[in-house]
Amino acid sequence: MWRRILALIRKELLAILRDPRGRMVLIAPPIAQLVIFSFAATLEVTNADIAVLNQDSGRWSAEFLQRLGVGKSFDEVIVVRTPGAVRALIDARRVLAAVEIGPSFSRDLEAGRGATILIIADGRRSNAAQIAVGYLSQIAGTLGAEIAQASPERAAAPPAARIAATNWFNPNLNYRWFTVPSLVAVIALLVGLVVTALSVARERELGTFDQLMVSPLTPFEIMIGKTVPPLLIGHVHATIYILVAVFLFGVPFRGSLALLYLGLCLFLVAVIGVGLFLSAISQTQQQAILGAFLFMAPAIILSGFATPIENMPEWLQTLTYINPLRHFLVIVRGSFLKALPIAEVLVHLGMMAVIAAVTLGAATVLFRKRLE
Amino acid sequence: MTNAASPEVLARVTGLVKRFGKTAPPALDRVSASIFGGKITGLVGPDGAGKTTLMRLLAGLLLPEEGAIEVLGHDLKRSPTAVQALIGYMPQRFGLYEDLTVAENLDLYAELRGLPRARRAEVYAELLHFTDLGRFTTRLAGQLSGGMKQKLGLACALLQTPRLLLLDEPSVGVDPVSRRELWRMVQALTGQGIGVVWSTAYLDEAEKCDEVHLLNEGKLLFSGKPAELAERVAGRVFLLDGVGGRRRSTLAQILAAPELLDGVVQGSALRLVYRASQDGGGTPTPPPAAGPSARLRPVAPRLEDGFIDLLGGALRTGSALADSLHPLPAQSHPVIEAIGLTKRFGDFTAAEDMRFSIPRGEIFGLLGPNGAGKSTTFKMLCGLLKPSAGEGRVAGFDLLHAGPQARGRLGYMAQKFSLYGDLSARQNLEFFAGVYGLGGGERRARVEEMIAIFDLAAVADQTAKLLPLGFKQRLALACAVMHRPEALFLDEPTSGVDPLTRREFWGHINGLVEMGVTILVTTHFMDEAEYCDRIALIYRGRRIAMGSPEELKRRVAAAERPDPTLEDAFIGLIEASDAERGAA
Repeated sequence: MWRRILALIRKELLAILRDPRGRMVLIAPPIAQLVIFSFAATLEVTNADIAVLNQDSGRWSAEFLQRLGVGKSFDEVIVVRTPGAVRALIDARRVLAAVEIGPSFSRDLEAGRGATILIIADGRRSNAAQIAVGYLSQIAGTLGAEIAQASPERAAAPPAARIAATNWFNPNLNYRWFTVPSLVAVIALLVGLVVTALSVARERELGTFDQLMVSPLTPFEIMIGKTVPPLLIGHVHATIYILVAVFLFGVPFRGSLALLYLGLCLFLVAVIGVGLFLSAISQTQQQAILGAFLFMAPAIILSGFATPIENMPEWLQTLTYINPLRHFLVIVRGSFLKALPIAEVLVHLGMMAVIAAVTLGAATVLFRKRLE
Repeated sequence: MTNAASPEVLARVTGLVKRFGKTAPPALDRVSASIFGGKITGLVGPDGAGKTTLMRLLAGLLLPEEGAIEVLGHDLKRSPTAVQALIGYMPQRFGLYEDLTVAENLDLYAELRGLPRARRAEVYAELLHFTDLGRFTTRLAGQLSGGMKQKLGLACALLQTPRLLLLDEPSVGVDPVSRRELWRMVQALTGQGIGVVWSTAYLDEAEKCDEVHLLNEGKLLFSGKPAELAERVAGRVFLLDGVGGRRRSTLAQILAAPELLDGVVQGSALRLVYRASQDGGGTPTPPPAAGPSARLRPVAPRLEDGFIDLLGGALRTGSALADSLHPLPAQSHPVIEAIGLTKRFGDFTAAEDMRFSIPRGEIFGLLGPNGAGKSTTFKMLCGLLKPSAGEGRVAGFDLLHAGPQARGRLGYMAQKFSLYGDLSARQNLEFFAGVYGLGGGERRARVEEMIAIFDLAAVADQTAKLLPLGFKQRLALACAVMHRPEALFLDEPTSGVDPLTRREFWGHINGLVEMGVTILVTTHFMDEAEYCDRIALIYRGRRIAMGSPEELKRRVAAAERPDPTLEDAFIGLIEASDAERGAA
């Protein structure tokens, strides 16, 4: 039995590696993905400008503006004189946000009354604007805290600002620390799904599938033979990404490597189950690829890869539990940025094991059925 | 109307050269030919000979690298689209929209070809009557049988009566009954002065053309009337009856003689073609190997004999394959058994109560029109389809309950040479060896043995999909027999292959049979059916006849047709079955 399976695995790997298109599937998307996600599609606010309308002439507004200029979040700080100019700049998308400081700003602070800064953000660019507002609040908050500290005589007064944001695990909010580890999961999903979905469909298209079916191979053996090669390839890809994350992007790795690989393995098996399922119901490679992308898009969106799951409606949040990518993302991010407690890792591993059993089981059943 | 003395020339090509890719040999190499109105011109040759290329050049879909091409008075090199409204072109496949009904396909093509709305009803009625598709106008094209699809394709090509009709392999996958109907329809068209180009790999079909252009590997080997080519070997073709001993091994011995050009099994007799050196006239003495009671009688030459003569005669490979085998011990129980095999799809019964048993060392053929149930039966017997009732057994093992054991004892070779195209020849062999459980030294030895037997050493490390057709065929057979199966299943094994390669293939099969391997074959090729010891004719899901080729022919022999061919038998038996149903 093992000899037969081994022959099948060898053949699968050869068929993928000797086919120029097969090689392309393995090489091009991962590189493209690395470049796009880690360099281009950054959510960090850089290269954005900000307008400032300062009607105050005191020292605190000057201090605030200075800190604004020092931070590398904004490219250029445009100083304007009238509220109309602010509106014009935002309308023309020249700036992402504007800061309006009232005439009594420094005075109010000195008097210990607490002061207000008005932030106007371009709601059309809501994501970036939100982040910009965050930066601005942070600057204002620090400033307020320092003022309170520096004047013990005013300690009894209400704090100048109530914002106190600290980013744990990623203190500098380095966006790449967040995306690059997630790419390990996404690339494993992409490779595992596409390689598997194509493998059976390709054989069916070429007529070699019948040849397999008349050989002494049992459906179970064929399943194993079709599962192992994408599993191996997926591990290779994920390993390369892990190395790139640590050595090229300098993302700290704080968790357990063994648990990460256990998670990767379970995740890949779950994905391969889906791929085999798609492959079994597809007649052609085109159908299989289409099916793979039909699965991939919602899987990525409902995983918390780009948007937080907490922002989704309740019922959708429940639905994300059947998404293997969701669980694996928790493990990957946890392994990189913080040492995720083993108990929590085990919960997600368990969930993925259940999903893998279901998808692989369904694929096997469908496989057998298709023969009748 | 046709003028027999000087038919109108509709198309003329001169010195045509067409290449695909700079390094590849030309698909057409200095081909010159003429196509006449009111005649059926056959483009004849195996797959890859250049038939489709020439067809597409004539339709203005490709431009030649060299040479001139003139169709209906237009120079296609200058204005390739000028003639497209005047010709009907029916490509090999993809001509129909399978998700549209018959009527919708007609509407679409009427629109595309600019047939005025007012005339449609009349034209449709005529074409639907002509093609006998009137009852199926609401059926999806994808659900028509192979023959019906071709008829619909033909109807679409005829919507605007063309002056030149190009039919690219219209008879592929079409059974003899539908093929004969299609042929009759096209012949009716030539009566109206339409010029028809019909490409085919079947040489028996080409014989019915008025003119043939015989292509092989892009080169034009012959142009003229089919009878002229057959005439080359006139007086040199004989049927050898009363062969003593086993006729297959006898054939191999006879073919070793230098004076023989070609020889094939034809039912219980052997059909032999002698070389030209034979000093004309008279019947030669029967070869000594045939035994004392053998006698030769002259028979009419065929187009295929002429083709073989042009190609220089059949290769004498003998069968190193058979020599490598130890004869399987004789045994009394059958190797392949169908015990009441039945397959239902919903309320449609595709195969009903199939019963036959095939003893060791027999070639058994499954014949029948498309959709009659022969593929279903074949698939149930090699484990590709699970029967609804009944049982299939191979080498004594029930396919359902002892599948892997049964499958380990059978070899399978499909129509399209199911090889892994991206793997090299050797990797294919290694894979199939592994799948059949051969390992280590045994696997290496067996792979080397196959490479030696099938003469694959030169191509062993080349990618399988790039191999020439003949090598692919050999490699596929090598992969199918490497594990020394007791039973070999062949699904249309040589369709589209040139006659020499087909002979070489059957040479190996004959050798295997002599060593006790049992063969089950499905085919549309009557030549191939002649190799069978017994044939089961399947029609409408039932077995309507079973027997040796001779027995089947005898059943339809009549006063007006004393010596029917196997195709006559096939059609006659099916018509008789239809008549019986009608009467019942």
